[in-house]
Amino acid sequence: MIESSILRKVAMALSGLFLILFLAQHFTINFTSVFSEDLFNKLSHFMGTNPLVQFILQPILIFGVIFHFVMGFILEIKNRSARKVKYSYQSGSSSSWISRNMFFSGVVILSFLGLHFYDFWVPEIKYKYIEFLPEDPERYYEELVHKFHSPGRVAFYSISFVFLSLHLMHGFVSSFKSVGVNNKYSNTIKTMAIAFSVIVPLGFIFIAIFHHLNG
Amino acid sequence: MNLKLKIWRQKNANSSGEMVDYNISDVSPDMSFLEMMDVLNNELISKDQDPISFDHDCREGICGMCSMHINGRPHGPDDLVTTCQLHMRKFKDGDTIIIEPFRADAFPVIKDLVVDRSAFDRIQQAGGFVSINTSGNTQDANTIPIAKENADKAFDAATCIGCGACVATCKNASAMLFVSAKVSQFSLLPQGKVEAKDRVLNMVKQMDEEGFGNCTNTGACEVECPKGISLENIARMNREYLKASIKD
Repeated sequence: MIESSILRKVAMALSGLFLILFLAQHFTINFTSVFSEDLFNKLSHFMGTNPLVQFILQPILIFGVIFHFVMGFILEIKNRSARKVKYSYQSGSSSSWISRNMFFSGVVILSFLGLHFYDFWVPEIKYKYIEFLPEDPERYYEELVHKFHSPGRVAFYSISFVFLSLHLMHGFVSSFKSVGVNNKYSNTIKTMAIAFSVIVPLGFIFIAIFHHLNG
Repeated sequence: MNLKLKIWRQKNANSSGEMVDYNISDVSPDMSFLEMMDVLNNELISKDQDPISFDHDCREGICGMCSMHINGRPHGPDDLVTTCQLHMRKFKDGDTIIIEPFRADAFPVIKDLVVDRSAFDRIQQAGGFVSINTSGNTQDANTIPIAKENADKAFDAATCIGCGACVATCKNASAMLFVSAKVSQFSLLPQGKVEAKDRVLNMVKQMDEEGFGNCTNTGACEVECPKGISLENIARMNREYLKASIKD
């Protein structure tokens, strides 16, 4: 794989930034479901049927997700092996809990993605490419609302988004540092990162609770 | 002050160590931490016991030799000081103090609190210098114009004493703060730019070969560094490395 520690950092950062872009797009489309069933169906139908999205962007996205997680595991293993004998006591006061536990928050997000793929992506692939059912442009909103009937699922989604928020809180800014950005825009990037890390996950929680209560 | 000390004892590099309890009394708050260790060692020697080995040299916060991990922090509870500059007034009567060596696979324990930090020397040897012709025709450095901002940043980076506290505190035992300071102190100056590409590539390669972990930007190194070396240096090194890799 990648031998240089800096290139591994850069690869991790770039895949993370790519996933942040995807998250922004995913959130924008999902948020339309709160105020317009029709708009949400139209956008989802476009994303679900457009060949460029389906056969180019979707595989790139899946590769990006897998790459980010695999690289995360590799880095964690390498980092743990750099100190095999641990301290008997170590103060954690010099860094934030989340910056030290990105692997943990990442594993929570990975488990969430497992359920999320099971909920939405697997049925979608089955519908289109296994059962070859006729496309119904009106089905997306109903499918979304149906998934949020279960309070357990809404709770799990919400908890996962809290971890996503924490993961982004460190990861977003860290990605820029990893690719060498440290200039007069650094404070702006930090502010944007915190805003994104709070607004987007909270927005996803809002969407889940909104459809649970109104579905 | 009367104190209880829990200190890592390890006979040699091949043996497994353990924490051993010691009690020490009548410690003056004006003593430095190393003086307190000297007093303890005198007591051990007077009882015919093996004194505790620990690194020290200048005792002025310059040489970077002292390396203890005290109460969970490299160089102890005070900010921006090395262990030799730490004073016992930072502790209270009756305190328990936990003292361990810096922990990292790249810094193997030699004995007790002494660790082998020659990995840093090898990284320096890989490129942490400026090759210069000293034949007598060398240009006077003071005649080379350098922007004040760059001179200040280069000087700040050069204040790194290579003590290894960054490695000791980093959850990944990463040496990137040290290496980035050494890369930055040269790359910011015209004298260092000539070899900048080879320097960053070779030093990072050596750093990786020594078995240090990857930086995950937790920022702990910057907080614990006794010289206040900024995390900004790591971003600069990443930039330098990427530029050098693309040109390579």
